[in-house]
Amino acid sequence: MTDHAHIDEHRDDEGAKTGMWIFIFTELLLFGGLFIVYSIYRYLNPMAFHLAAEELDIFIGTANTVILLVSSMTIAMAVTSIQLKNKRLTLILMGITVCLALAFMVNKYFEWSGKISHGIFPGSEILHQSSQGEILFFGLYYAMTGLHALHIIIGVAFIAYVMWLVKTEDVKHDDYVILENSALYWHLVDLIWIFLFPLFYLIT
Amino acid sequence: MTETLKQTPTPSFLEYQGRFKGIFAWIFSTDHKRIGLLYLYSMLVFFSIAATLGLMMKLELIAPGRTIMGAQTYNSFFTLHGITMIFLIVVPGLPAVFGNFFLPILIGAKDVAFPKLNLFSWWIYIVGAFIALSSQFLGDGPPDTGWTFYAPYSFKTGTNMLPAVTGAFVLGFSSIATGINFIVTIHRLRAPGMKWMKMPLFPWALYGTAWIQVLATPIVGITLLMVVLERTLQIGFFDPALGGDPILYQHLFWIYSHPAVYIMILPAMGVISEIIPTFARKTIFGYTAIVVSTLAIAFVGYFVWGHHMFTSGMSGVALYTFSILTFLVAIPSAIKIFNWVATLHKASIDLQTPFLWALCFLFVFMIGGLSGMVLGALSANVHLHDTAFVVAHFHYIVFGGTGFAFFGALHYWFPKMFGRMYDKSWANIGLAIFFTGFNTLYLPMFYLGITGMPRRYYDYVERFHGPNIVSSMGAMLMISGLIILITNLVRSARHGAKAGKDPWKGKTLEWTVDSPPSLENFDEIPLVTQDPYDYD
Ligand code: HEM
Ligand SMILES: [Cu+2]
Repeated sequence: MTDHAHIDEHRDDEGAKTGMWIFIFTELLLFGGLFIVYSIYRYLNPMAFHLAAEELDIFIGTANTVILLVSSMTIAMAVTSIQLKNKRLTLILMGITVCLALAFMVNKYFEWSGKISHGIFPGSEILHQSSQGEILFFGLYYAMTGLHALHIIIGVAFIAYVMWLVKTEDVKHDDYVILENSALYWHLVDLIWIFLFPLFYLIT
Repeated sequence: MTETLKQTPTPSFLEYQGRFKGIFAWIFSTDHKRIGLLYLYSMLVFFSIAATLGLMMKLELIAPGRTIMGAQTYNSFFTLHGITMIFLIVVPGLPAVFGNFFLPILIGAKDVAFPKLNLFSWWIYIVGAFIALSSQFLGDGPPDTGWTFYAPYSFKTGTNMLPAVTGAFVLGFSSIATGINFIVTIHRLRAPGMKWMKMPLFPWALYGTAWIQVLATPIVGITLLMVVLERTLQIGFFDPALGGDPILYQHLFWIYSHPAVYIMILPAMGVISEIIPTFARKTIFGYTAIVVSTLAIAFVGYFVWGHHMFTSGMSGVALYTFSILTFLVAIPSAIKIFNWVATLHKASIDLQTPFLWALCFLFVFMIGGLSGMVLGALSANVHLHDTAFVVAHFHYIVFGGTGFAFFGALHYWFPKMFGRMYDKSWANIGLAIFFTGFNTLYLPMFYLGITGMPRRYYDYVERFHGPNIVSSMGAMLMISGLIILITNLVRSARHGAKAGKDPWKGKTLEWTVDSPPSLENFDEIPLVTQDPYDYD
């Protein structure tokens, strides 16, 4: 201690978690704006939304839902295992979470590229010949699942970073709030999908 | 080791030498006080740009027809003026500068809850600002939609909207980060003994503001993102040709942007609530009423956005509801005015510069608020919507309210921030010129609006000529006042007489620490036993 260290070092786990919860709330509101837009246009174009939804692949959607639910479980287990001082298991569980997230993205890639190869994407010829309701449905579909996919990528980066911290033992059994926060964020990503899935795939 | 630490006096935050040197010691500092000053300096730059644009617009309007610029230039000027003033100055303004600097000190803490996030928010602010300003130089000419980015024009116009909208979107994150930081700071870091109802009123105002920042900003964020997607991918959210609804855009925009006006004004009210008891040398009248009305404004402010859209097409029921709710928000604002005035009653007032700013604030804010009532009434609104009257109204509120409070805060806390006093007579002369100029500039615009002059036009018919000349002269006078004010402060920051710990004999915690504060504000976290304004 040669000079005055600044109080960055001050530690307040409770505060860090409160901050994360508020942030998660803002994320929900962010998607909330899109959900409002979705419901209004669905209300105005019930038939077109119904027809357009039938073109989505329920199988891929369901698979991705299961993948995300399981990944939420594995990250929650990672939080428990760090408390049990089991570093190896923590890393494995976090690794599984990341792999599941990548599997989700691969599925998403096939789903999107399938649609795009059929000429269904914003601004395409085919879409512009369909009804306005269908244009809106697919516009919303790409915007909302795209924004969600972006959150998956951010979540994966976040978890990977925390894995590194676990490895270097900057995160350990008595100091793991950042792992908890990454898990909270991941649950949020999962939660949003739980809303997106029925809106786009199930309600017809 | 700790022994030697005790003996060497803690350096002031201005002198402290950390890991980095020179400018890097500032732009990488996580010290809330340095971050506050970083915001202050950046805003000074942006404000000068935007004020110059405003002056040029007034010069254009000094005579009918083309005076110094054409229609398209005028359009881009009011757009950039609006974007800069709203998103870069008045929305972040008081929380980012004075909130950062004084919130921790006022509640007896050494820093905010997340110092790194705090620094990060300044960086996002700068990046957002540069993205927004780059719209002026890239692509097909400066944006021309006004700061409201109304659909469908915002994605039909050929001008360079994308950076402007993206910049505003990015700036939202900075706002959210600051909001989260302040909420957690106030919850977790109040000094022992500082119960909620012992907290000074500026932190209370910041608390209400922070919640609005957190709850409203995401909505405008996603709305702006939709405009970006609309422009790049033709998704059709707000495009009638593709089934979208432009009115929906207006709703989403104002759901944020009305609460945003309270992001602008609540901290201003907080500043005034600090200044008045200090110079009245009296406890503030009705502390609880001020706290409750702060929260009430934050809450009711969410339900009045429709008053910006009275002429856009809405059901009759919606019209009446929004109008009544708009009148309701005026009540808590008026309660505060009564509290401040009642505090002055039978007080032994010390007429220092910050107090004069507070008085001027009361005067202009009242005009702004009353003209808001006129606009909130349906029938009057139909006549006045999109006229110069609206421009006068919101300048009285935003500039007169937030702007005056900002300068008041600057004169109030200047000795604490820089450890020096400013020249009092120059400060008062500057204020007098500025205040006269301000009213000469904006009062005629009420009249112009009532007689029918629309806003956002670079030209007008001959019959509006007279009041416009007056108004433009006012603009020049006001800018002269501003130059005097700022020059005086800049000079004094280097050459002013040294200020003691408590030049105004204030009672809140910031007056118990050194001027300028030491690196960690308090050598020891204080134990709070008194009410914040305990003068009797
Ligand atoms: C005292 C209560 C207030 C009332 C009753 C009120 C009422 C209104 C109304 C009805 C309009 C719409 C005018 C139109 O027809 O275009 C308006 C516009 C505006 N108000 Fe207020 N207002 C109040 C306070 C504020 C505050 C505190 C601020 C900011 C700090 C503010 C800033 C603005 C702005 C920027 C606009 C212009 C929006 C545009 O570009 O069209 N107002 N106000
Ligand atoms: Cu409003």
